[in-house]
Amino acid sequence: MTTYKLPAALAEIVEDFQALDEPERLQLLLEFSRSLPPLPERLKDHPELLEQVVECQSPLFLTVEAEKHDDGDRVRLYFQAPPEAPTTRGFASVLFDGLDGLTAEEILAVPDDMPHQLGLTRAITPLRMRGMTAMLGRIKRKVAGGLRAIEPTA
Amino acid sequence: MAVAVETNEKFTAYAHPERLVSTAWLAEALASGATADGSLVVVESDEDVLLYETGHIPGAVKIDWHTDLNDEVTRDYIDGADFAALAAAKGISRDSTVVIYGDKSNWWAAYALWVFTLFGHEDVRLLDGGRDKWIAEGRGLTTDKTEAAPGEYPVVERNDAPIRAFKEDVLAHLGKPLIDVRSPEEYTGVRTHMPAYPEEGALRGGHIPTAASVPWARAAAEDGTYRSRPELEAIYLDEAGLTAGDDVVAYCRIGERSSHTWFALKYLLGFDSVRNYDGSWTEWGNAVRVPIVKGAERGEVPGSN
Repeated sequence: MTTYKLPAALAEIVEDFQALDEPERLQLLLEFSRSLPPLPERLKDHPELLEQVVECQSPLFLTVEAEKHDDGDRVRLYFQAPPEAPTTRGFASVLFDGLDGLTAEEILAVPDDMPHQLGLTRAITPLRMRGMTAMLGRIKRKVAGGLRAIEPTA
Repeated sequence: MAVAVETNEKFTAYAHPERLVSTAWLAEALASGATADGSLVVVESDEDVLLYETGHIPGAVKIDWHTDLNDEVTRDYIDGADFAALAAAKGISRDSTVVIYGDKSNWWAAYALWVFTLFGHEDVRLLDGGRDKWIAEGRGLTTDKTEAAPGEYPVVERNDAPIRAFKEDVLAHLGKPLIDVRSPEEYTGVRTHMPAYPEEGALRGGHIPTAASVPWARAAAEDGTYRSRPELEAIYLDEAGLTAGDDVVAYCRIGERSSHTWFALKYLLGFDSVRNYDGSWTEWGNAVRVPIVKGAERGEVPGSN
């Protein structure tokens, strides 16, 4: 399976998953679920700035912002999902590690079926994979639609 | 060899109290070492495929409703040989007492229990209140891997007829009581999937003619335990209109939420004939030339007047 269209960080994650057998892939997704960063303080108390991806099995909220830099905007991603939803958190964490800080063009170029390249479809089931595909789709739609601008944090 | 049945005031009122155990009972059974010889096997069955790995009841094994119990190719459950292999691998023998618990008020645990019952596993019980109650009471979880000594499980073919309804069965059943356990929005046809859940592709929204709407969660109290017998009777007999001896079919979207209701009707209220229609709305809503009713009224069986 080719991954040449993926940004470097995401391509590396996909390779990591593909190098493992199925039970180990689930274990890796679990590790990702643990490393999902919490929302920054300025977003924590502002649920109106987040939107829910209803296709996910468990409550998943996200927002996307454009961070201003001299050499152009960088897309910043923020996710929120409860600890009792490790699969959903794992998907969010993969997208965060693979896409946060990229340019809008790079994110829009990620193939929509990228989640299936992780090799989890059989272990997780297609039904559950839909949540991740929906998350990626929502991020791309938001990026394409124009983002709220923020200044880089120090 | 089976483990002794729990007796307490709440359970005694149910038609089949032997189908439930409390968190306190389970904690005691674990402390007494009942899981050591395979006479008791604790099974966690969750909606989230990774939740067990974040921490589970000590000694519990995991069975996933989708990857373990569903056949990959046909839209059906695994066969007798696969079930025997699965059970043995989880340390379950034919005479083991199996206690199942899970997330979301045991909704997926009840589904797993229903599948165990298709294979005629005699002693399978639900942990009343499930995973959330166990955690809320401050009882311990562990991420230690459970090493199950292989069980001895014979190949038993599924016996679907007593507790499983297919589309043709439901068509023949029209005129007898049906319970639709989905949300009011799904029942009326405003939407075809649960609020905040994935769209599973039903072409039409509505319900099976004459079905009563009783969302599954009404059978559960705030702490995820089943409501008491008088409370369940008020819901299913007084409100929904079931009467003793009725032949009932319950359905939802894919058969999981209705397993929770199936358990309440079959074991707590004691209806002998209760079947779960697992094809549910993803089949009925898409099927050619089967009748549906839109809106809040139950509607009538076509051609009945």
